[in-house]
Amino acid sequence: MFGKLTLDAIPYHEPIVMGTLAAVILGGLALFAVITKYRLWGYLWKEWFTSVDHKKIGIMYIIVALVMLLRGFSDAIMMRLQQAMAASDAAGYLPPHHFDQVFTAHGVIMIFFVAMPFITGLMNLVVPLQIGARDVAYPFLNSLSFWLFMSGVVLVMVSLFVGDFAATGWLAYPPLSGIQYSPTVGVDYYIWSLQLSGLGTTLSGINFIVTIMKMRTPGMKLMQMPVFTWTSLVTNILIVAAFPILTVTLALLTADRYLDMHFFTNELGGNAMMYVNMIWIWGHPEVYILILPCFGAYSEIVATFSKKPLFGYKSMVYATSCIGVLSFVVWLHHFFTMGSGASVNAFFGITTMIISVPTGAKLFNWLFTMFRGRVEYNVPMLWTVGFMVTFVIGGVTGVLLAVPGADFVLHNSVFLIAHFHNVIIGGVVFGVFAAINYWFPKAFGFRLNEFWGKASFWCWLVGFWLAFAPLYVLGLKGMTRRMNHYANPDWQPYLIVAALGAAIIAVGIFCTLVQFYVSIRDRKKLTDPSGDPWGGRTLEWSISSPAPFYNFATLPQVRELDQFWEDKQNGVAYVQPAKYEDIHMPRNTGVGVVMGAFGTVLGFALVWHIWWMAAVGLVGMVAAFIVRAYDRDIDYWVPAAEVEKIERSRHAKLQQIQTTQVAPVAAPQRQKVA
Amino acid sequence: MPLACRVPTLCPRLYVNMHPLLSRLRYASVGVAVLLSGCNMEVLAPKGDIGAHEKSLILIALGLMAIVAIPVIAMTLWFPWRYRSGNKKATYAPNWSHSTKIELVVWTIPAIIIVILAAITWTSTHALDPYKPLQSDAKPVTVQVVSLDWKWLFVYPEYGVASVNELAFPVDRPVNFEITSDSVMNAFFIPQLGSQIYAMAGMETKLHLIAREPGSYEGLSSNFSGEGFSDMHFKAIATSEDGFKDWIAQAKAAPVALDGDSFKALAQPSQKVPVSYYGQVTPGLFASVVNKHMGDMPHDAASHGEMPMDSHHDMPMDMQHHEGGDALPSDGISSITTPTQAEK
Repeated sequence: MFGKLTLDAIPYHEPIVMGTLAAVILGGLALFAVITKYRLWGYLWKEWFTSVDHKKIGIMYIIVALVMLLRGFSDAIMMRLQQAMAASDAAGYLPPHHFDQVFTAHGVIMIFFVAMPFITGLMNLVVPLQIGARDVAYPFLNSLSFWLFMSGVVLVMVSLFVGDFAATGWLAYPPLSGIQYSPTVGVDYYIWSLQLSGLGTTLSGINFIVTIMKMRTPGMKLMQMPVFTWTSLVTNILIVAAFPILTVTLALLTADRYLDMHFFTNELGGNAMMYVNMIWIWGHPEVYILILPCFGAYSEIVATFSKKPLFGYKSMVYATSCIGVLSFVVWLHHFFTMGSGASVNAFFGITTMIISVPTGAKLFNWLFTMFRGRVEYNVPMLWTVGFMVTFVIGGVTGVLLAVPGADFVLHNSVFLIAHFHNVIIGGVVFGVFAAINYWFPKAFGFRLNEFWGKASFWCWLVGFWLAFAPLYVLGLKGMTRRMNHYANPDWQPYLIVAALGAAIIAVGIFCTLVQFYVSIRDRKKLTDPSGDPWGGRTLEWSISSPAPFYNFATLPQVRELDQFWEDKQNGVAYVQPAKYEDIHMPRNTGVGVVMGAFGTVLGFALVWHIWWMAAVGLVGMVAAFIVRAYDRDIDYWVPAAEVEKIERSRHAKLQQIQTTQVAPVAAPQRQKVA
Repeated sequence: MPLACRVPTLCPRLYVNMHPLLSRLRYASVGVAVLLSGCNMEVLAPKGDIGAHEKSLILIALGLMAIVAIPVIAMTLWFPWRYRSGNKKATYAPNWSHSTKIELVVWTIPAIIIVILAAITWTSTHALDPYKPLQSDAKPVTVQVVSLDWKWLFVYPEYGVASVNELAFPVDRPVNFEITSDSVMNAFFIPQLGSQIYAMAGMETKLHLIAREPGSYEGLSSNFSGEGFSDMHFKAIATSEDGFKDWIAQAKAAPVALDGDSFKALAQPSQKVPVSYYGQVTPGLFASVVNKHMGDMPHDAASHGEMPMDSHHDMPMDMQHHEGGDALPSDGISSITTPTQAEK
C-alpha cells in the first residue's frame, strides 16, 4: 500500500532533525494561524499563487530562494562546526551518515534551490520590463515553471523529515549513488526533486528565449537591449541546451536504480565515467547560467551608479556570447584526474583558461565604466566593487585549477572548495544581493534601508574571506573535501577561523533580514515616487514603482541603447500620450498550482515506490493540463479608461515632485573603500 | 625494522630547490611563496620529482596571472575611490563609453598571457601525464592499488606480498602504481609526492611517482566514497633500499595469505582498518579484481585505451594462475607502459 514507506522512515532518534521538524511545524502553524486570522488565504491565492504576472512570479522565486538560503546556510554552519570540532580523530557532533547528507543537501540546495531561483526570479522581474514587454511570451508556462520548481523544493524539504537525503555529494556520482551502495531513498529524493525543478527550469528557459526574441518593444534591436537582458538571453540559451542533458543523465541513473539497468554501475558493462562526463556537460554550463545574469546586473549597476553609459557595450555582448559558447567545451576540467590522455586534459585545460579572456574583458569594462565617472556608493554599488575584488582572486585560482598539472595536486581538495565558493559567493550571491537592492524599488515601490544593507555587505565580505581563505591554505596542506573528521591537528586552527567566518556571514544574513523588516516598516520614508530612484538608464525605470500590472501603458519606442536616459536628457521621458488604448492581458490561473501539487505527489510516490499514488500524481498532472488546454477564457482586456486613470494619477504624482527632467537621485553617500 | 626508517620529514620547511629551468617568472611569485611558506604547506613542500614539478607549475601560473590580476585589483580599488561622486576634482566624462585602444589592450594582454600559459599547460600536461613512466636508471617498483570500502590494499606483484593501509617503497626509485577499485570511486593521493588519480571499478588507472627524500607521508582518498571515507588514509613510507627490504621481509613474515577468500573477507565494508600484511598473494589477484567488474563489455580507462581484456574475465579469481608471478591482463600493453613487466 505504501511501498517502502513505513513509520520508521521518520528519524525519531536524531535530535537535530527532530528539533528542526518541531521548529518547522511550529513555525508553519504560526504562519498558518496568522494568514487565517488576517484572512489572507484568498488574497494569496488570487493575487499570488495563481498569478501569471512575471513580476509576482519573480518575487515568489526570490522569496523561496531566501527561505532556502536559510536552510542551505544552516547546513553550511553545521559542516563548519563539525570540522572545527572533529580534529585529531575526535568524532565531532555529526556522525558520517548525517554529515554526508548535510554536505550533499548543502550543495544541492544552494545551487538548485537558492542560486537558480534567485536568477530565475531576477530574470522574471526585470527582463520584460527592460524590453518594454507586458509579460513573458507564455505566462501560464511561467507559472507552471514556478510551481514545478516548488514541488522540487517541497520534496527536498520533506526528505529531511521522512526518510533521508542522498549522502553522495551534490552530483551523486555512481556507483556510490547506485542502488547497491545507496539503498535508501536518499538518492531517489535527489533524483525526483531535480527532475521536477529541472523541468520547470527548462520550460522557463524556452519561455525567456521566446520572450526576448519576439516581445521586444517596437524599435529595440538586439544590439540595443540592456546588458542584463543580453546576459539573460545567453543564460536561457544555455539552460535550453544544458538542462535536457541533466534530465537524461538523471533518467539513466533512475533506470539503474529502479529497473536494474546498468548504465553506470560496476556490473554488466556499466560505466561510471559516462555519468561523470554527462553530469558535467550539464554542470559546467550551469555555473555560467548562474553567473552571467549576475554579470548583467553588475553592468547595469556600475553604469547607473557611475553616471555614465556602460563602457564597451558591444564587447560586453560579445564577451557574454563567447563565454556562453565556451562553457560547453570545458567540462572535462572537473575530472582531469580520471586518467584521460595528456592531450585531452591539455585541450580542456586550455579551453578553460581561454574563458578568462572574455571574463577579464568584462572586469576591465566595468573598471572603465567607473573611470571618469561620478561613483555613488549605494548598496548595489558596494556589492559590485566587493564582487570585482573578490572575483579576481576566484578567477586566478580557477585558471590555476585549469592547469592539469596543478589540478593533479589540488583536485578535490578544500582549495577547490574555496575556489568555487569564491566565484559563486563572490560572483553570484554578491550579484543577487546587488540586484535585489537595485531592483527592489521597482518591485515594491520603496527602497531598501541603506544602513542594514551596508552592514550586510561588510559582514558577507569579511565573513567570506575569513571562511574561505583558510580553506585555500588547507587545500595546499593536503586537506581533501567532505571529511567528517581528520587526524591532523594542524588543520584545526584554520577550520576554527573558517567557522568564525561562517558565523560572520550568518550575521550578514541576519542584517539582510533586518534590512527587509526595517525597510517595510519605514516604507513611507523610503518611498520611490518617481519610479526612477537611482537615475537609471533602462526602460524599467521609466514606469512607476511598483510597476503597474500591465507594465507599460503605451509601448515605448526605442531608437538607441539607454533610450530612457536619452529621453530624460531630451526632456521627453515623462510625456503623457494623447490617448490610451485597451491592453490585452493574460488571466490568472490555478492550473500551475494544481500541476505542481500533483507533481509533488508524483515525486513523493516515486521516491517511496507507492505506485498507485504515482499514477494519481501523473494522471492528475496530465488531466490538469488537458483541462487547461480546453480553457478558452485565458485572457482579458484592460479598458483604456482604467489605464488612463492609473496613468493620470502617476503623472499627477510626477508633477507634484517636479521631475519632468531627470528624476531625483537618492542622496549620494560618501564612503571610503578599503 | 621499517619504523626505524620513518624519518620525520613532515616538519615545516619550504621547498627551495631552484630548478635551473625555472624562469624569472618564479621570482614574480616569490611574494606568494613567502606568504604561503609561513603556513607549512605540504603540497608546496614536495618530496618527489612530480610534486616538485607541480609546485613550480603552480607558482609559475600564479606569477603569470598576477601580471593581470594585481593591476586589476589595484584599479578596482583606485577607480571607484578616485571617481567617487564627492571628488569634484576628478574628470567627469558623462558620455564617454568607448575606446578602441583600451579595448584592444584589455583583450590582447590577457590573451597573450593565456597563450603563454596555454603553452606551459600543453608541455607540462604531457610531462606530468600520470600514465607516463618516469625516466630513471633505477629499476621501478610496481605496486597494485585496490581501493576497498574503506581501506587501501597494496599488492607487490614482484615480491608476492600485500599490505593494507601502509605502503612502502625505496627513495630514488620510480614507483609504478596500477590502480583500481573494488567498489565505488576513490582517488589515490599522496599530497607530498604529487599527482592523484581516480580508482574506478572495472578499470585500471596508472600513476608514476618517485620520492627523493625518505619519510613517512600521508596518503588518502580524495574522492568521497561513503560512510568510512574520512578514515581512508594510509602511510606512504619512502625509505632506503635496506629499509624497503626489511619492510618486504616483515610483510613476507605475515602468516596470512591473500587469496580469493581472504580478499572477499577484506573487501567487506569496514572502517578505521589497522595496518596489516599478507605474506603471500595469489598471482593475478589484481587483474581478477579489475576483470570481475567488466561484464561483457570492453572497458577502457578513460581515453588511454588500456583495455584489460583477456579470456579470464569470467573466471572466479582463485582459478586464475599466471606464469611468472604477476599477471597483467594484456601483455602487449603492459609491456609498453610498465617496463618492469617487459623485463619479465
